[in-house]
Amino acid sequence: MRRRRPGVFAWLPPMVPTFLLLGLFFIGPILWAAYTAFTNAALSGPAARDPEFVGWENFRRALHDPNLANAVWLTVLFTFGSAVIGQNCLGMLLAVLMQRRNQVIRAIVGMLVVAAWVLPEIVAAFALYAFLSGDGTLNAVLTTLGMEGQNWLFTAPMLAIILGNVWRGTAFSMLIYQAALSDVDVELLEAAQVDGAGPLRRFWHVVLPIVRRTVMTNLMLITLQTIGVFTLIYVLTSGGPGTASQTLPLLMYDRAFEFGEIAYGTAIAFVLLGVGALFSAIYARALRAEV
Amino acid sequence: MTLNRLGRALVTTLLLTSALAGCGGGSGDDTDRIRVVYQRYGTGIQLDQHLQQVKKTFEQDNPGTEIELVPVVAPENEYLSKVQLMLRSPRTAPDVLYEDSYNVNADVAAGYLHPLDDQLHGWPEWNQFVETTKQAGRAVDGRIYGVPMGTDTRGLWFNKRLFTEAGLPTDWQPKTWAEVLDTARTIKEKHPDVIALDVPAGKPVGEAAAMQTMEMLLYGTPTADLYNEQSERWVAPSAGFTDALRFVREVFREGLGPTPAQVADPQYSKSTKEELTRDGKIAIRLDGSWLPGNWIPGGMVEWPDWVEVMGMAPMPTQHGQPPGKVSLSGGWVLSISAHSQNKHGAFAFLTKALDREGSLAYAIAASQLPVRRDVAGDPKLAERNPSTAFWAGLLDITRYRPTLVEYPKVSEEIQVAMDRVVNGADPEQAGREWAVRVRQVVGPDRVEEG
Repeated sequence: MRRRRPGVFAWLPPMVPTFLLLGLFFIGPILWAAYTAFTNAALSGPAARDPEFVGWENFRRALHDPNLANAVWLTVLFTFGSAVIGQNCLGMLLAVLMQRRNQVIRAIVGMLVVAAWVLPEIVAAFALYAFLSGDGTLNAVLTTLGMEGQNWLFTAPMLAIILGNVWRGTAFSMLIYQAALSDVDVELLEAAQVDGAGPLRRFWHVVLPIVRRTVMTNLMLITLQTIGVFTLIYVLTSGGPGTASQTLPLLMYDRAFEFGEIAYGTAIAFVLLGVGALFSAIYARALRAEV
Repeated sequence: MTLNRLGRALVTTLLLTSALAGCGGGSGDDTDRIRVVYQRYGTGIQLDQHLQQVKKTFEQDNPGTEIELVPVVAPENEYLSKVQLMLRSPRTAPDVLYEDSYNVNADVAAGYLHPLDDQLHGWPEWNQFVETTKQAGRAVDGRIYGVPMGTDTRGLWFNKRLFTEAGLPTDWQPKTWAEVLDTARTIKEKHPDVIALDVPAGKPVGEAAAMQTMEMLLYGTPTADLYNEQSERWVAPSAGFTDALRFVREVFREGLGPTPAQVADPQYSKSTKEELTRDGKIAIRLDGSWLPGNWIPGGMVEWPDWVEVMGMAPMPTQHGQPPGKVSLSGGWVLSISAHSQNKHGAFAFLTKALDREGSLAYAIAASQLPVRRDVAGDPKLAERNPSTAFWAGLLDITRYRPTLVEYPKVSEEIQVAMDRVVNGADPEQAGREWAVRVRQVVGPDRVEEG
């Protein structure tokens, strides 16, 4: 029996509070931001009292801003290095290695990895700072081993923040993949083994195709999380030295709150949105292409 | 049935919305409460202690009035952004705020501050304030928007023990920039592990890099100005600015200053620098009159020996041209928000905090140069901090920054240019690019070459 499609009056009323709240706290700020990006709104000065509409001026300026090009590149590098490569691959590796292992080992490894994730971001960032800074733990260890340390946050800022984010975020991927791997039918793996497939081939040709959807979903989630990382970088390097680790969120903060150019900062936020949309589009395509 | 449900949902929605609106409504009409916003960061607790004290006596004298102290725990740059965000909305705007004099013009243009002239007129003690220091709170419209809490001057501190060991005179008074650099080189030869000449630099120190290093140098060059008050134009491109960048380049290229890694490290300027100074690891510092505040009992690094060890000298002009020395002054003021519902009470609190007793207590605790004549003559000040006389002597030649609306932005650009030179950029190129950015910030018709 074919049921009549419920009319708009049936579903709309209960949704009204949701729509209102979403509109008020989600769509409202986005629209406001979109409007601000076309003004010269500032934190202080005459433009704070009466912001003027300036059209595409902020975006025109962004197009020629070498700092912005640098920040887009660093954001892509940071996201690709720490999320797509780092967290994703390491999370998968850990999940695979921990499969069918001794309960005690699983518990210890799991706890160590998850600890970094459970820590509030600011605490994790300070722990990393204490580890990597000029007179930090790493250099102390190196000195005892007779090697000369260096100020890692200064000499290799991008590597430092990428490693920091890998350390902090791997747990998420690991947990997701542990769940996904437990769904893989053991019989399939045994069948492949009987056919003479080694561990690598079994992973590549049996496990990976089965968990592929999860991989894509996970990639999408961690990418979007990573693009917006601010606290970790701000504490470790503040985007420095110079602009050597100034990703888009750092540049946005710098322009909006250090230089007081709220409008330009908002325009940068839309560039950030664009980078995020680009990554999402790639993943969405990959998900659709799947059988 | 459907309509009935629709009706019920609508009612729920309305209730929800009105509840939300109710949450938003605040205690804005509570006029007996005075909110005071100020900075409390790291070891800079003197202001907090001072205001706590004022709150106690003020509440005793004015029963029924409640002072709500709202310390913002953040470094200077972030404090200023935070306060400006608070000032934007009448709901969050404080009544009294602690304001850097260099932001006064920008905040007046934004409509954040309340002019105090009428109220100051009725305050007899206002005559006690030294006339030159009053300009810290005066905006371009000629009105006063802030009462100065204290002022400062800038120059060179040097370690007399290190100087003696290097065979240098302990009554050192350099006449030119070259002499400063030569002395630093001599120190570096004798003590390679010592920072020979420390100048504030890098992103973490913010405005200090622009004012205490770049402008102290720039105002000592023949260009001598960042802003030409006669023509009302900013001086960019500027030969003096490029010369100042060259000086910075010398300091960092030759390793006379802190390492670029130290410059990038927020901890260095916050505390490490004071520890190094105490431990005799910094020979010369281009810094300011307030340093003893870090060394006196209760300071960041308690160091009773500083009186014997540290010498002071004015910062010379580039080639020793008149007046031979340079100093810049700044200082913080107390202001009243334009949104304040209780401007009368706010002013009463402000004058209580800065009366003779309050000013003296604060000047001593925070190592500020006094701005009131009746405080400047107090022997307790010199007793506690013997360097006060030297630094106050620089008030004759000291200059103030052009604290125009655009100044904070120009200053940011100065910091960027300097940071690039610290990290190895070419001074000429950095100077040229700085001039381009200044043109963009202030407008092409408001710059001139100098």
